[in-house]
Amino acid sequence: MSSRDDILASIRANLPRVERPLPHVPLFDDDPPASLLSAFKESLHRMGGVFLDSPTSADMLAPVRAKIADAKIVCSTVPEIAGNRDIADVGAPRDLADVDFAIVRASFAVAETGSVLLSDADLRVNGVAYLAQHLIVLLDPADIVVNLHHAYRRPEFRDRHYASFHTGPSATADIEGVLIHGAQGVRSLSVLPIARAVGNLTH
Amino acid sequence: MRIGLFIPCYIDAFFPKVGIATLELLERFGHDVDYPRDQTCCGQPMANSGFNAECADTEALFVRNFSGFDYVVSPSGSCVHHVRDNFDAIEQTDEVKEVRARTFELVEFLHDILKVDAFPWARFPHRVGLHNSCGTLRGLKHALPSELHEPFFSKPIDLLSKVDGIEFVRPARPDECCGFGGTFSVFEEVVSTKMGYDKVRDHAQAGAEYIVSADSSCLMHQQGCAERIGVPLKFIHIAEILNGASA
Amino acid sequence: MSTIRERIDSAMLHPELRAEGDPDAIIRDGRRLDHAEGTSKPLRPAPEPQPRGAKVRGNRPIDQQEAAARFIAATEHEKMHDERLWDLRQKRDREMHGIPEWEELRSLASAIKEHTLTHLDEYLDQFEANARSNGIHVHWARDAAEHNQIVHGILRDHGATSLIKSKSMLTEECGFRHYMASVGIEVIETDLGERIQQLDNEDPSHVVVPAVHKLRTDVAEVFAHTIGTDPGNSDVHYLAEAQREATRPLILNADAGMTGANFVVAETGTFVVCTNEGNADLSANVPKLHIASIGIEKIIPRLEHLAVFVRLLSRSALGSPMTQYTSHFRGPRAGGEMHVVLVDNGRSERLGLEEFWTSLKCIRCGACMNTCPVYRRSGGLSYGATYSGPIGLIIDPTFNARKYSNLPFASSLNGSCTNVCPVKINIHEQIYAWRRVLVNQHEVPLVKKAAMKAAGALLSRPAAYRAAIAAADTALAHLPRFVIYNGLNAWGKHREVPHPPKQTFHSWYHANRGAKR
Repeated sequence: MSSRDDILASIRANLPRVERPLPHVPLFDDDPPASLLSAFKESLHRMGGVFLDSPTSADMLAPVRAKIADAKIVCSTVPEIAGNRDIADVGAPRDLADVDFAIVRASFAVAETGSVLLSDADLRVNGVAYLAQHLIVLLDPADIVVNLHHAYRRPEFRDRHYASFHTGPSATADIEGVLIHGAQGVRSLSVLPIARAVGNLTH
Repeated sequence: MRIGLFIPCYIDAFFPKVGIATLELLERFGHDVDYPRDQTCCGQPMANSGFNAECADTEALFVRNFSGFDYVVSPSGSCVHHVRDNFDAIEQTDEVKEVRARTFELVEFLHDILKVDAFPWARFPHRVGLHNSCGTLRGLKHALPSELHEPFFSKPIDLLSKVDGIEFVRPARPDECCGFGGTFSVFEEVVSTKMGYDKVRDHAQAGAEYIVSADSSCLMHQQGCAERIGVPLKFIHIAEILNGASA
Repeated sequence: MSTIRERIDSAMLHPELRAEGDPDAIIRDGRRLDHAEGTSKPLRPAPEPQPRGAKVRGNRPIDQQEAAARFIAATEHEKMHDERLWDLRQKRDREMHGIPEWEELRSLASAIKEHTLTHLDEYLDQFEANARSNGIHVHWARDAAEHNQIVHGILRDHGATSLIKSKSMLTEECGFRHYMASVGIEVIETDLGERIQQLDNEDPSHVVVPAVHKLRTDVAEVFAHTIGTDPGNSDVHYLAEAQREATRPLILNADAGMTGANFVVAETGTFVVCTNEGNADLSANVPKLHIASIGIEKIIPRLEHLAVFVRLLSRSALGSPMTQYTSHFRGPRAGGEMHVVLVDNGRSERLGLEEFWTSLKCIRCGACMNTCPVYRRSGGLSYGATYSGPIGLIIDPTFNARKYSNLPFASSLNGSCTNVCPVKINIHEQIYAWRRVLVNQHEVPLVKKAAMKAAGALLSRPAAYRAAIAAADTALAHLPRFVIYNGLNAWGKHREVPHPPKQTFHSWYHANRGAKR
């Protein structure tokens, strides 16, 4: 008998003989916030993330440009803005070790927790969201869902091989509870609210 | 109603005034209270340590003493919790089940059964820290424990707030265990006493003059700790305050 | 900013010239120099040494009390540990109050887990089928040894000699690092707390915050000896940055990565890993090879159930709404390979224990540890087991009844753990039940058994009992014997004994109400 067979046989022999029906899980969305974007922003701030306010000028990406102005290596996976490291040229993830800023677009976000969902389709090379020193995330406000119950109905969890909620930057407080940003992953995570591009934008 | 008074071993030996206050309090409400002479213990010390077989005879004795009463009332939450929720070393006959179901701790008896709404003879103009023992709090559900998200309630506060002059202080950790824990108090003596030191210091820094509880076992442990480290607190059982004790 | 190496190279004194515990001293010929205005002894007190965990002697029962006493004696460590974990408990309460449906979520989580466990074989089958169809290699390991061999086999097949990993209590259970060392594979923990513990050759003390028992000065000492930081600098940001920089090249060059899993979804063949650092995602997404070690009890039926658990996990564990990273793995990435090792190691047997099978609901949040007044004052290492605190008390005896026979007695049975458990395990009731089991299996000291028998005999005989406590002075001598087995000493070591009153209640009643009868 294989280990698999052994284990399954052991389980079957030991199954508790009690009735335990699977409960129905509600969506818990009876009292949604007035503005999903405001709720998301507040949650994001609580979790150490930065919300880049929409610029007053015509250039929607001005806050991002300001952030990356002094960066040496910028890797962008979005058509709205160009970097100087093309993700398409990346052979191995470790080629991204010197990236200062990575710019990606989230599939969607969750107001309850301030999380953005980044899938392998958004990232192209998954490692980019962890090896860059800083992460900038473009988010279409129309893509914000109210809570996690709604989030798990999204197709990304059935279609993608990798889908990760990012809720603020990398953090730890393993030493005496002192909060650190950039424990191992990105030192900062900034979100720019900007609708998805329709057609091509000039850089 | 016929009430059987259960005075557990350690109250019998160390805190007889708690037994006296309980008896007098029940009599104030005009009830017929009996004290079966052959009572000893509920069996908890043995059961608490896993020695269930060894407490069978003691549990059987308890049932023989208290069979036939309308209510069995005791000023000890941990004992009542044991009788109602764990008392299974003996065969569960109808008689045993009756006695178990009719056994009440004093506070819940006054609050839920007698529904007392005044203690006109009681006056206690002091700052008190209320200590709900874990057995009464989480076992007998005397009050809402801070871990749960449910509407607040507290039977001891309901009763004590009817006492003239009483003032409640707010310790930093109102329902953290004080460390008595039955046999834990001697098997894990170092941790037990550290918990006791922390508990009495917490009440002292909150401004308490007295710690009041429905459980003398906790009070006994806390008093021992306070005296050892020189924290000037006084300790009193809820029965004494409700019965009109002045200090 | 200078690198660590530059800073040490440019230091005025070579670290070896500094006295142990006195980083400021100049030592010549073994003597501390104190000429000019120098002090004759260090005025800044040396940092309190870290109390070490329980003494483990083969299979002998762990003496948790002894280790707890040493932890309490280390007053700075105990104070920090107790306050930090109580703060996590308070943060948890704050989160709870912000969620009106909190108790409903707990009930749902408990029900989902109990349903799944009672159909465990079906859901594991379903998970495996879906995972395989997405390209995941699925392995099954009956026990710790088989898990280690399987993982070793996968690494060997890929010629891998270095492995980065994120935190996994299951791998601790399996003695994984020890095994890997014996077969020449370098394992690098990437979670900061786990890395500290690895570098210090010490087990993690808490399921979520592995180095919670350490002061920053302890960490400074560990890092000074292992990654070359300044031993006199215990600034936490400095230490964390040093570890980030030291570990990063190891991550970039590792041959393989390993993670655990917090949840497994049968419906989609997904496993979920939650971290705050993102180190699991680095371990999984940098090397080509990703191995996940997963306990069979981690499974839940569908995606919709995940929402319940993700909402409860971080709030219960740390009082934070969500972990910084919650990652869902459903298949390998292009050019990569993904393996899952499903591990039993006693879980299927535990399923058959009528009083204890619900302990398998545990999602390893650590809330029970944070709230436990005994754990906070003893430190997790005092339990001498992979799992400490309340959950440890109820699962450790299934791994080794003899070695862990004392643990269920290291509890005051206060019940706070049960109330904070997000999956509603009745922990304190199971602790109580374990005491009975251990007594029945004779895993308790004979002296205690004799004392309990004597107590039972005395308390069931009214006349004998009356005689024993009739006089106030004999009461004190006899009564504690009902509850102890080593004399009055245990009660009176650190607290005053109760004052014996003039007469017992029984005597008073006889004198004042006896006529009634």
